[in-house]
Amino acid sequence: MNEIVVLSGKGGTGKTSIVGSFAVLAQNKVLADCDVDAADLHLLLSPSIKQETEFWSGQVAVINEDTCIHCGLCEDLCRFEAIYNYRVDPVSCEGCGFCSHICPVEAVTMAENMSGHWYISDTKYGPLVHARLGIAQENSGKLVAQVRQQAREIAEARGLDCIISDGPPGIGCPVISSLSGASLAVLVTEPTLSGIHDLERVIGVCYHFSIPSLVCINKYDINEDNTRQIEQYCWGKGIEVGAKIPFDRVVTEALVEGLPVVEYTGGRVAREIERLWQSALSTLKIKSGT
Amino acid sequence: MIISIASGKGGTGKTLVATSLALSLKDDYKVELLDCDVEEPNDHVFLRPEITGSEPVSIMVPAVDEAKCTFCGQCAEVCAYNAIAVIGTHVLIFPQLCHGCGACSYLCPEKAITEVPREMGVVEWGRSDGMAFAQGILTVGEAMAPPIIRKVKEHAGGDRVVIRDVPPGTSCPVVEAIKGSDFCILVTEPTPFGLNDLVLAVETVREVNLPCGVILNRAGVGDAGVEDYCKKENIPILLTIPMDAEIARLYSRGTALVTGMPEWRDRFRELFNRVKEIIDERNCSA
Repeated sequence: MNEIVVLSGKGGTGKTSIVGSFAVLAQNKVLADCDVDAADLHLLLSPSIKQETEFWSGQVAVINEDTCIHCGLCEDLCRFEAIYNYRVDPVSCEGCGFCSHICPVEAVTMAENMSGHWYISDTKYGPLVHARLGIAQENSGKLVAQVRQQAREIAEARGLDCIISDGPPGIGCPVISSLSGASLAVLVTEPTLSGIHDLERVIGVCYHFSIPSLVCINKYDINEDNTRQIEQYCWGKGIEVGAKIPFDRVVTEALVEGLPVVEYTGGRVAREIERLWQSALSTLKIKSGT
Repeated sequence: MIISIASGKGGTGKTLVATSLALSLKDDYKVELLDCDVEEPNDHVFLRPEITGSEPVSIMVPAVDEAKCTFCGQCAEVCAYNAIAVIGTHVLIFPQLCHGCGACSYLCPEKAITEVPREMGVVEWGRSDGMAFAQGILTVGEAMAPPIIRKVKEHAGGDRVVIRDVPPGTSCPVVEAIKGSDFCILVTEPTPFGLNDLVLAVETVREVNLPCGVILNRAGVGDAGVEDYCKKENIPILLTIPMDAEIARLYSRGTALVTGMPEWRDRFRELFNRVKEIIDERNCSA
């Protein structure tokens, strides 16, 4: 089974618009929204939710005020500054449980933490697994792992041979969780100095975890010097630039209509996204030697 | 005074706002810009600061002295992250899973566990054009951003106007970055994605009990959803930046908006005064 994850480093470069279009172009696939912090893919795919499941992960310390003797040991030892005036700040608590082990009067207990929901939905493009991390919660990486696991199970159960994931921005915990063990990372960048800087870092993450990658330069015509610089950089790294998408307001128009851009319109943007999808397929074929 | 620039959705213009706000205020105030987006820090691209110091950021992870260890398994039992396993007469440590809470070393009955630093990034500081600057950089391949964000925040001087550039999203790195500030500016764009993620960002800001206002970037594209939402929720729209080819060009070259188009300076100063009023009102009524 192939698993393609779309990443970018920098946010707002067009990951979700591209995944939405891949949803139209790809056959026999499961879609996964791994941006559990700020999931947007559902806005393009109009899912109907078939199953909603609570995501319980981690713990939070709770101090029993009646038994607490105000010795302050927990506050002294907590390294996350989560205890102040004999109260726990649940937002800062990382659930390590240190306080519960050292409290001399056993006034601290650890409560299970419901940190979000995940969903299995039907869309007209195929099944979609998505999630919503609770506000200000930790463990986004674990929720991403759960989304990918569900997507794999659905793919196996229904005989689908491809998973397409919309990844989160950045290079940290949820990105690593989206990327590890994937077949291919499609990296969407833009020709700005920030975009280039962030692309270099996310390529570094792909190298670190030995995941092959393919680059897409979105809005390539807003600064063609920078676009050439990205192409040069990718050439030096042996990474293919699979597509260069021009800046075009149809992308935002499609989004306002709640449609993947290749479904909303033909034209230059749609053609380049199709080219990107074909590049992704051929990269996978070369990799698997078929 | 500490103002955080956050967004929910990535790529809406946090860095543009943070750098331009800092540059607009630096002649009137002692200004310090803290880039807390340690996964992808970009303020330096626009400010080209002179870096004068740096410090590695580490968390303390356990190291076991097997000569003292009796393999009782207490450390593995207390570790909430499965970062220690005791198998027969071996102790396995998985430093990547460790959050550095210190429970294992404190609770080891034989005092066989010491703590050693594991580097996961760096904090750099310096100056740029009359203002102080600091940024955190998460090492590529590392997962945990909050310890680095905590270190960047320590660089804030008490008598300054501190501007924090916050990572996108709504989870722990965002909360760490905005915690302790006086006001949060949320930058968004007038699209359904921008609205969806703004709603999440507002919930996050309310969770930590901060006042907030919105900057609407790339106005003129998309729809009216964000404006309707702000009206309904009584959230002030502090500034509107239009969709503009020249603004996009400046951004693509790494030129701050107020450097390339100085007429924006006064608008950012007005924005700051408005934020200051909101903070003062809130402090009075509190």
